Amino acid sequence: MEALYIILTAFCIALSCGTLGTFLILRKMAMVGDAISHSVLPGIVIAFLVSGSRNNIPMLIGAAAVGVLTTVLIELLHKKARLQEDASIGITFTWLFALGVILISAFTGQVDLDQECVLYGEIAYVPLDLIITHSGTNLGPRPLWVSGAMALIVLLVTRIGYKGFFITTFNPDYAKALGISTVIWHFVFMSLVSLTTVVSFESVGAILVVALLIAPPATAYLLTGRLKTMLLYTAILSLLISVCGYVLATWLNGSIAGAMATVAGILFAGAYGVYKVKAGKGTKAPLKKPAY
Amino acid sequence: MDKLLEFLSFQDPNVRTVTFGTIFLGMSAATVGTFAFLRKRSLVGDAVAHAILPGIAIAFMLFQTKNPFVLMSGALISGWIAMLLIEHLSKATKLKPDTAIGLVLSVFFGIGILLLTSIQHSGAGNQAGLDQFLFGKAASMTRSDLLAYGIVALILLMAVILFFKEFKVLSFNPDFAQASGLPVKRLQFILSTITVLAISIGIQSVGVVLMAALLITPAATARSWTESLLVMMVLAAIAGGLSGLVGSYISFAAPNMPTGPWIVMCLSFLALFSLFFAPKKGVVARIRQQQQNRKKILSENLLKTFYHLRENNPSSRTFSREELLEKRPFSDTEYNTALGRLRKQFYLIPEGHNWSLSEKGYEEAKRVVRLHRLWEMYLTERMRLKADHIHPNAETIEHIITPEIEEQLLRELDYPETDPHHSPIPYPRK
Repeated sequence: MEALYIILTAFCIALSCGTLGTFLILRKMAMVGDAISHSVLPGIVIAFLVSGSRNNIPMLIGAAAVGVLTTVLIELLHKKARLQEDASIGITFTWLFALGVILISAFTGQVDLDQECVLYGEIAYVPLDLIITHSGTNLGPRPLWVSGAMALIVLLVTRIGYKGFFITTFNPDYAKALGISTVIWHFVFMSLVSLTTVVSFESVGAILVVALLIAPPATAYLLTGRLKTMLLYTAILSLLISVCGYVLATWLNGSIAGAMATVAGILFAGAYGVYKVKAGKGTKAPLKKPAY
Repeated sequence: MDKLLEFLSFQDPNVRTVTFGTIFLGMSAATVGTFAFLRKRSLVGDAVAHAILPGIAIAFMLFQTKNPFVLMSGALISGWIAMLLIEHLSKATKLKPDTAIGLVLSVFFGIGILLLTSIQHSGAGNQAGLDQFLFGKAASMTRSDLLAYGIVALILLMAVILFFKEFKVLSFNPDFAQASGLPVKRLQFILSTITVLAISIGIQSVGVVLMAALLITPAATARSWTESLLVMMVLAAIAGGLSGLVGSYISFAAPNMPTGPWIVMCLSFLALFSLFFAPKKGVVARIRQQQQNRKKILSENLLKTFYHLRENNPSSRTFSREELLEKRPFSDTEYNTALGRLRKQFYLIPEGHNWSLSEKGYEEAKRVVRLHRLWEMYLTERMRLKADHIHPNAETIEHIITPEIEEQLLRELDYPETDPHHSPIPYPRK
């Protein structure tokens, strides 16, 4: 039962991350996703200090706001201060992450977070955090509910806004010509990414969020060129990663989050093999042509 | 204050080791990072910092030792593999470079975490302290660590000095480096190797996540102040060393404060300060420059208006506000700014409520009009543009042309009498 809880939670997180990550890598913003996943830390700590608890809705939204702020800061450094883009990303997220770690150290005891948890999460503790009603009924682990709700929101928003996301991702100029605001869609999208990162943070930590945001969509992208197929593949990969990752972690007696990232890497390597074989066929074909 | 004196006296050998260690690491990372910054490889540095983790874990599993050189070799190898993978994936597949970076970063780091936690849970002896690579261990640096990092830092410095010229060309113009017959592949190999080395010793002081800051933030700071690579490198090293000093002081004064994050805070503060307030390149200086330019353009336009009015009716010398605004519309603030500036320069003389040009002002107005008409002439003669298309372009360029370009235009056009609209071109009085 515990294993099922963990795998289900991981799957919900992987599903939300993968869906958003698909658009993220197509928008060439993979590293912005990486930056957000680090820089929500001070948001989480401050929200935690203010509200005194984790997992209430205002706290999640407050912390996610810091993620959106990160994208604004990066933009500001890049456009106004004319710093090259890679350096703007690097400086912004390291600064915010450092601030987060300092806050954690300054308020140890008041904040139920530590550095290890920040980096690779504590998904193994998911089954311990149960919701129990007043009458004593066990409703299952809280993180599962939260990440499940998040996955639902992400899927719903992408379903409803599919056309908007599609057009602003692939042809922003055309979108502008049609009168569709790329800025609004950008912010809706970035808010979703931030929110997902915050929700996933304590379960899987900053780095696995990045792995789940980027690896499954990148794998799917090698296998197909169609957005809908890519989203479907990403969902299947998320399931594989959650199950196999858990098995691998138990076998090696190591971090579940780390194992899931490892499995994501192995799956990518497999897809890369397929991609190379396909590409190889593509380049060999013209060589045979001179026969006629 | 006492704390600060106690710290700066370096009486405590422990404090001495830690402080000199962090300064040292900060400086060597900053020096090498300058190239990473200039080659726009900041995020590759970040990825490599994460990717050396599995190398360290595997080296430890194979040799069961925490000898810094053994661990560093592991780090070097896996950092190298990561770098090659990023390059290969972004070249040989349809993945974009940023996707390749993020992918390699997170997967390598995940593998590293899996191995590290697996080692820790297996309870193998003397594994304690491997997680210092995650968060840095500035506070617990020992003399032998210092020695090891010192040797590596020295190698890095030697390599930078030895190949300074080559690296410079490689950073600013790789195509030129290739064309001029430099062994680009080999140089890139050396540069990447010293970058990975700098990263693998740097994470000792700030940890994996913040390593990118140690590498590039000093370079970004230095870039705002200078155009010279050598000066930039020295400034970056100073910024890196200074932040190391501040970071270790803070964790000395407040022992529960982590050193690494404070180093990064200090670095970021320096970078933001420079980006905003550096002379010439800072945001503030640029905004001020823009305002100056706008004022200059406004007042030159007002001068021209005076000239045009005089040209139209040569008998009158003084003009009222209404006459000027009728000739060329200015908003109230624009008019007042331009007028104020021209008065201060003694280009205008007040006469009752009206204004007239001073001798000096008249010459200046002639200059602006001359440039405008010369440029129009040039556009029609040399660019073969039609006479009714050239005015807007001349409106902008007249404020920019330097005396040297003016001289050249005059020679090129052989001192023309009139412009394409047959208005005379005014020359300065002999």
